[in-house]
Amino acid sequence: MSGYILGALAAALAHGSVRVVDLTLTLSPDFPTIVMPPELGQSAPFRMERISHYDVKGPAWYWNNISFGEHTGTHFDAPIHWFTGRDLPLNSVDTLPPADMIGPACVIDCSKQADEDADFLLGIDHILAWEQVHGRIPQRSWVLLRTDWSKKSGAAYANLQSDGAHTPGPEVEGIRFLVEERGILGFGTETIGTDAGQAGHFSPPYPAHHYLHGNGRYGLQCLANLDLLPPTGALIFAAPLKIQNGSGSPLRVLALVQERSTG
Amino acid sequence: MTEHGPKRHAKNPLQRTRLPLLPPSARSRRAHGLTLAAASGRFMLQCCAECGRYAYPARDACPHCLSEDLPFRDAPPRGELLSETTIQVTSDPYFRDHMPFRSGLVKLDCGPVAVVGLHRACGGPGSQLELSLQIDRAGQAVLFAKPLLETPDMENDPQWRELTAHPKDRRVLISDGRSPVALPLAKALARAGASKIFVGVFDRWKPFETEVAFDAIDGVECVDLDLTSERSVQDLARDIGAKVEILVNTADHVRPSHLFDAGLTNSAREAMDVTVMGLMRLAQAFGPIMRVRGADGFAGAVAWVNVLSVHGLSSQPKFGVQSAAHAACLSLSHWLRGELRQGGIRVINSFCGPLDTEWYQTVPPPKVDPRSLADAIVDGLIRGLEDIYVGDVAKDIEARLFDNPKAVEREAGR
Repeated sequence: MSGYILGALAAALAHGSVRVVDLTLTLSPDFPTIVMPPELGQSAPFRMERISHYDVKGPAWYWNNISFGEHTGTHFDAPIHWFTGRDLPLNSVDTLPPADMIGPACVIDCSKQADEDADFLLGIDHILAWEQVHGRIPQRSWVLLRTDWSKKSGAAYANLQSDGAHTPGPEVEGIRFLVEERGILGFGTETIGTDAGQAGHFSPPYPAHHYLHGNGRYGLQCLANLDLLPPTGALIFAAPLKIQNGSGSPLRVLALVQERSTG
Repeated sequence: MTEHGPKRHAKNPLQRTRLPLLPPSARSRRAHGLTLAAASGRFMLQCCAECGRYAYPARDACPHCLSEDLPFRDAPPRGELLSETTIQVTSDPYFRDHMPFRSGLVKLDCGPVAVVGLHRACGGPGSQLELSLQIDRAGQAVLFAKPLLETPDMENDPQWRELTAHPKDRRVLISDGRSPVALPLAKALARAGASKIFVGVFDRWKPFETEVAFDAIDGVECVDLDLTSERSVQDLARDIGAKVEILVNTADHVRPSHLFDAGLTNSAREAMDVTVMGLMRLAQAFGPIMRVRGADGFAGAVAWVNVLSVHGLSSQPKFGVQSAAHAACLSLSHWLRGELRQGGIRVINSFCGPLDTEWYQTVPPPKVDPRSLADAIVDGLIRGLEDIYVGDVAKDIEARLFDNPKAVEREAGR
């Protein structure tokens, strides 16, 4: 049976009736990273130093040394990332069950609200309204918050003001509902964090991190191309690097999307 | 318009850029007492500890009493011109590019008679002159004389300009516009006549409130520059590398810490990346092009300034990471100085104690206002110094290191 499904999938990919959508932003040195108060530890930005470029340091080959923090660019958050998930089993990226790296996605389109209000928060009412149209969010699925934030860049993307970042994210009760009532696999955003820019002032602070990781669920951030996904039906491949005891990692996030028949 | 100095004009692209040559640089080890004085702008000659008479040129024994106790001491920087010669033709490759060359025989007030370079504003024989020891393009000390009173446009004298790094009509790159020194420095450079001031800014996606103040200064242009990114540094050098005649590296990373703090190596790595590796990336990208432009006309490449903490010379425990980073920068600056000297480019190190800025909030006075540091850097360029000590803390450490480095080490942080 599995052979039949995978064979059909391969044929659909070859035929184009199943598309592969890249949900990943390019890792580059000038991409914004999370900013902590300067006296705290900082996440290293992406950096690349040349080893050789068909030159005296390596006549026939081109390669680089790269460095970055675990939470740089489009990246995955494992439960161990937050104190609430520190004692859970299989909570780091190296012990992450492989089956959790592939899952269906529900995409909640809040791009209009985020465009009008950078501090837009996803609440239970938004989730229920979405379910009214698209059906109940299935257990063990990714919920991706589409804000079209990934279409911004530089200062507009980071949107740092004197009182901190202003970017959309989930409300406390919204993320609790998704984790506790819907049993989601994880929550994904287009912004630098799974939490809103001002979420440090919420109770508890950073509720997405608090509840997702405290319940063994995952985070994806700095996603792109969510506007190319249907509200339901996409299949997400999110496999972080297998870093020993790692709290997260940059990764390539892919979505399989089945073309709807126009016949 | 030689009276006012030629204004910067676009180069003729069909003409070859002249390569830098250096004046004769052979000196005895003793003569480096003069180099030491010239580097910090002091006028010091050998003075016999036994008979008290001054001697010049540098030698191993007093020419008057043959005593070998002949230390360098501060001397009155005055003298009277006995005779003058204007050299029109020479076979020396460096001086051929600097003809005519005015020199004179000066009777120093402290005794010796010396051959000195003469500023063109100096009067004839019998006139009183102000003497200084200057670092020339080869990095060696030479004597130069100017009139006692300033005259207009003194900085345009071609011989004097060779011995200084005056910002006038030159283009400057300030590497870190977010440094508290950058804005007062840009203002001071503009006042000194810099024709263009590029100001590097990292992380343009973070707010940069000072940009408005930079934009208000004539000739300032903010550019992307992140010293922790090889690509960023090289990209800027590709754009403007051939337009930088003075580079001032203002990058720093100040984080008070304790050696036994958890996670210290992370912040230490960040500090080293910004300061030491940042300086190395800058050197790799901008050093080669500056070095070949050392003789590129009236406003060719002339100086590289490192803004260092005096605690690079003597560790301050509360700022141990910064101290270690700046000690490494100091070592790197000597390497860079050796490389850039081949192009006649002067590497200037400014040493400063704690600044009156946010990261030194809890440090008691005396602290240095960033404007004072900026003014001292521009003053150092104008006077052609090599080592600049700014503020009471730096000057105190300089003097005490000279006296007893072990005492400085033991008393650090007390």
